[in-house]
Amino acid sequence: MSRANMRHVYGWLLLMPAAILLVAFTHYPTIATIIDSFFSKGNPVRPSRFIGLDNYRLMTDDPIFWKVLANNMWFAIGTIPTSIALAIAMALMVNKALPGRSLVRMAYFTPTILPMIAVANIWLFFYTPDIGLIDQVAGLFGFSGHNWLGDPDTVLPAIIIMTIWKEAGFFMIFYLAALQQIPPELAEAARLEGASRWYYFRRVLFPLLMPTTLFVLINAVLNSFKLVDHLFVLTKGGPDNASNLLLYYIFESAFSYFDTTYAATLTVVLLGLLAFMALAQFFVLDRRVHYR
Amino acid sequence: MTGTRLTSRDFADYLEIVAAWVLAILWISPLLYAIWAAFHSSHHAINFELLSPLTLDNFREAMSQAPFLRYGLNTFILVSMLLTAQLIVCTLAAYAFARFDFRGSEIAFALVLVQLMITPEILIVENYGTLAKLGFVDTITGIGLPYMASAFGIFLLRQTFKSTPKELEEAARLEGCGLFGILFRVYIPLARPTYLAYGLVSISHHWNNFLWPLVITNSVETRPLTVGLGVFGAPESGVDWSIISAATLLSVAPLLIAFLLFQRQFVQSFMYAGIK
Repeated sequence: MSRANMRHVYGWLLLMPAAILLVAFTHYPTIATIIDSFFSKGNPVRPSRFIGLDNYRLMTDDPIFWKVLANNMWFAIGTIPTSIALAIAMALMVNKALPGRSLVRMAYFTPTILPMIAVANIWLFFYTPDIGLIDQVAGLFGFSGHNWLGDPDTVLPAIIIMTIWKEAGFFMIFYLAALQQIPPELAEAARLEGASRWYYFRRVLFPLLMPTTLFVLINAVLNSFKLVDHLFVLTKGGPDNASNLLLYYIFESAFSYFDTTYAATLTVVLLGLLAFMALAQFFVLDRRVHYR
Repeated sequence: MTGTRLTSRDFADYLEIVAAWVLAILWISPLLYAIWAAFHSSHHAINFELLSPLTLDNFREAMSQAPFLRYGLNTFILVSMLLTAQLIVCTLAAYAFARFDFRGSEIAFALVLVQLMITPEILIVENYGTLAKLGFVDTITGIGLPYMASAFGIFLLRQTFKSTPKELEEAARLEGCGLFGILFRVYIPLARPTYLAYGLVSISHHWNNFLWPLVITNSVETRPLTVGLGVFGAPESGVDWSIISAATLLSVAPLLIAFLLFQRQFVQSFMYAGIK
């Protein structure tokens, strides 16, 4: 074989370890999940058989499925815009000359380095009725204790606030990186023109940060679907599924109720949502962002 | 006129400094509180007696209730084994994509990138089945296997290898370097910042990962810290706050201390990895 043709062989040989692992743990399970969702759950007496869309019918009739999907949406709406706004504010403040700047930056970033499970443990104490920190502070102002995580109306907001605390600092560093790329002459020019800070931010900085915002947005949406660790410590999805999220429901279906085909069906929905986001990113956002 | 405008700007500057500090104190206080509570008896912690005596009892108690040293060892083995495997697998794949224009490389690369979206934690049900068939349930290797080929690592290293000047490769070839000689003498040394960034991101991610390790492990010998802490902190078990805080600190301390010592490298690594 000629030297030029050897590159095909070398290329594939070098890729082989990664390819085997990726096929085994990403591509094969993705396809197997989709196939499983069309089959009934087998047991020693009755083997699993093809049942078409029955699992999907079961799913659309399942009120918990819709509840969990709605929760995921509210969780995303509750966490993402606020985290992004805070992240921009943090980045702007830390990007300037500020006494103790590295300490401030460290304070913002530290929650990011903690595992979600530890964050949940810390916040669990704040939310505990009566003896928790929030109720104690509220008690000073004459409010009575409240079971923040036990009340279906407050459990999701409580988790949202905790998630914002954990994520804002992570998004901040991407804005910080973007801000460092923006030439300082722009701010100087705006200042000479007499533009107010707010005007400069709205008309100059924010548009320039748009690519970062979209990058962060995609990551934040993905995270809102993938990160459910806190539920294990804080609520187990309760009360009455008020804080349950799709991935946690998949875990419950598979490993608590041992209904693997239903878990597969739910996973297909999650895969569909992720695929939709991937396509949106490649075809819509990428085009609109790189106008520069 | 100009004078007043300047002072109003100065005032806004001061306001911003105050706001930055207030937010910083607010942001760090939950962690500071947990640290403070871990060193005080739970009676004092709940009543918020700031000057109450310090104690190490909570750490002693937490260690006696659960084998945190063993969990810590498991996490350490997991993270170092996984990172080693990732570096080898990803370097080889990235080298293939960057320098070997092989047939099907574009499709293969697109298939690699699929893992950026569909991460292993989404496929817990099927992956559990696969690892059960392979006999890797409840092993540390089992926790690591689905993450060893990291699309993110392949992507980062490919970008870096591609930006390495081709002349250096030519020079190395003239010196008599083979395929692996070129990889080890030219590409890997020049990609050190990328390796550092990827390494730190990977270590923090897997030190903190919870869902998949929870699914695949069920014994003390394999559980990483996060899972040990998750089992420990179950609210029903009725352990008190200070002990939970101590256990939480035990679990996060190594990574947190590393972060505080190498803050700049951590922040820059996350930035670098995000921008690429």
